[in-house]
Amino acid sequence: MMELLLDRYIYVLVLVLLAIGLYGVLVKGDLVKKVIGLTIFSTAIYLFFIEGSLQEGGTAPVLLPDPENPGAYLNDPLLYVDPLPHLLILTAIVVGVGVVGVALALLVRLYRTHGTLDEAVIADRLAGKAPDIPSADERRDTFGVGDADDAGDGDA
Amino acid sequence: MMMLLPLLFGAVIAVLAGLWRSAAAQVVAVITTAGTLVASVVGLVTVVADGPISYELGGWPPPIGIEYVLDPLSAYLAVIIALIGLLVTIYPVEAAFDLRPRKGVPLYPLVLLLLTGLMGVVLSGDLFHLFVFLEIYAISTYGLVSLGGDRGVFAALRYLLLGTIGSGLYLLGVGFLYFSTGTLNMADMAMLLPAIADSPTVLGAMALIVIGLALKMALFPLHVWLPDAHSYSPPGVAALLAAVQVKAGAYGLIRILFDVFGPAYTGEGLPVSVALTYFGLAGIVVGSVLAIRQTDIKRMLAYSTVAQLGYIGVGIGLATPLALVGALLHVLNHAVMKSGLFLVAGGIIQRTGLKSIPRFSGLGMRMPLTMTGFAIMGLSMAGVPPTAGFFSKFYLVWGAIELGNWLVAIVVVSSSLLTVVYFLRLFERIFVAEPTEDLVAQATEPSPRVVGTVAVLAASVLAIGLFNVVIVREILMPIAERMLG
Repeated sequence: MMELLLDRYIYVLVLVLLAIGLYGVLVKGDLVKKVIGLTIFSTAIYLFFIEGSLQEGGTAPVLLPDPENPGAYLNDPLLYVDPLPHLLILTAIVVGVGVVGVALALLVRLYRTHGTLDEAVIADRLAGKAPDIPSADERRDTFGVGDADDAGDGDA
Repeated sequence: MMMLLPLLFGAVIAVLAGLWRSAAAQVVAVITTAGTLVASVVGLVTVVADGPISYELGGWPPPIGIEYVLDPLSAYLAVIIALIGLLVTIYPVEAAFDLRPRKGVPLYPLVLLLLTGLMGVVLSGDLFHLFVFLEIYAISTYGLVSLGGDRGVFAALRYLLLGTIGSGLYLLGVGFLYFSTGTLNMADMAMLLPAIADSPTVLGAMALIVIGLALKMALFPLHVWLPDAHSYSPPGVAALLAAVQVKAGAYGLIRILFDVFGPAYTGEGLPVSVALTYFGLAGIVVGSVLAIRQTDIKRMLAYSTVAQLGYIGVGIGLATPLALVGALLHVLNHAVMKSGLFLVAGGIIQRTGLKSIPRFSGLGMRMPLTMTGFAIMGLSMAGVPPTAGFFSKFYLVWGAIELGNWLVAIVVVSSSLLTVVYFLRLFERIFVAEPTEDLVAQATEPSPRVVGTVAVLAASVLAIGLFNVVIVREILMPIAERMLG
């Protein structure tokens, strides 16, 4: 059991990070913590891909010249690290940054309107349960439709 | 490729045009979606006649490079996406988005980007590329949903959290598959998978991909983000989301389960098909019951989307040619009906500002044309025979009876009664009751462009109903038979 853990410790780490991320997104009441949870969740996936591409003793995927046979190259796949997952994850990181950017823009917008980032408070307020709706909010909330400058200042 | 480029360039040009004059962006959007529609129809006709077309991105041959594939299934979906996209962009901007876009608000660019993402999902022949397009359309959706005022922003953030987890799980599943086969190309993987179909890695990958895409598709019980996102976003956006956006998840499920996994899906291993069937059934019942309880028209339509997606889930789960035909036909029917209903709701909001169903009394007399369209689409949702909605349920029930699965048949048939309940309540208000509100009494028919788009959709509901045999025989049955061998 212990050996399995030590052998596969990266996978255990990935699983733990996935669990922490999911816990953050699903359980935490603070919206910023939810976004942090989301980031942890995606980072765990990136780690999984990078670990999968690892080749013990391998080197960068640039063909090495064959020492015994000048002009030829070594094409044993065990010599090189698999470059494709790195490429995929580079793309996934870019996509992830885009998503987090949108999330942060939405957070800024929510904070400007409500003055809080507590999910339950905002949900109550939007459902009309909390009495202390700011007047600006009331104005914007007719028909649930934003007024003209609603669209501009959200950076979304 | 011919279908992706115009949308992508259109999105860029529309940003510039929108900076210059906001109306110009809409013109660009209409022209590009119309061009895409023509290209998709040509594509559909070509592939049905001559077989799939493949495009190698960057000139690398498929198993190594990224491949776009246009086969009948993706061409069929592409036509639906382009058609609904065109109608939503023609629809007047104030009614579609509840606001006049100010200079610099990239409204139509976001719509075009959403359509680009959806097109990419249906055209991609590469599992990782599919993920990238999933995220492209998801990011533009978050932006569009947040246009719906304060509630929209909150709904967009909640949807963002769940949507990203969904695509994350999908990516993890793709990782499992990549490390067990060493390829990302769908056709290549479909050849390699049967040899290792029973390995725990492949089964784990299947579970992760199904959960991830079911979250994207809002299949019960992973539908929690949908009602908020669809009811608080502007009507035009809601029409796009309900009609085509959730269908991208459904397409992903169909493509990956039947085309890539094939034997692993239909074989022993994991009870994925059983799970999809019964969660689909539960979604039909729960969605319909919740829809009956709503008083806000957009919220009612959103819950009814949950129910309708259940039918598609059932069709995928039963995995017989007839049931799959039912599910695919329902993808088209639901796209046409639900976008039409949301656009009617947009028209009502444009003229009266009303969203609450009890206050709709007497609207039928004030807006006869729009409301006739509404009635046709409502009847189709309930599955009344000459309309499109009847036939997709008919194929589903037929498929279920063929399998001897009477529970499915009974739930699908009786759920029509639930749908009748919530639409009859609306019809009674709209057509029978006298106007009680001044707003309604003074309401007039919405602008011609609203009536025009609704009329096109209502006419296509009838046309699909009448000509469903042609669609099924020429396009859907060959797809289903090829996929299920």
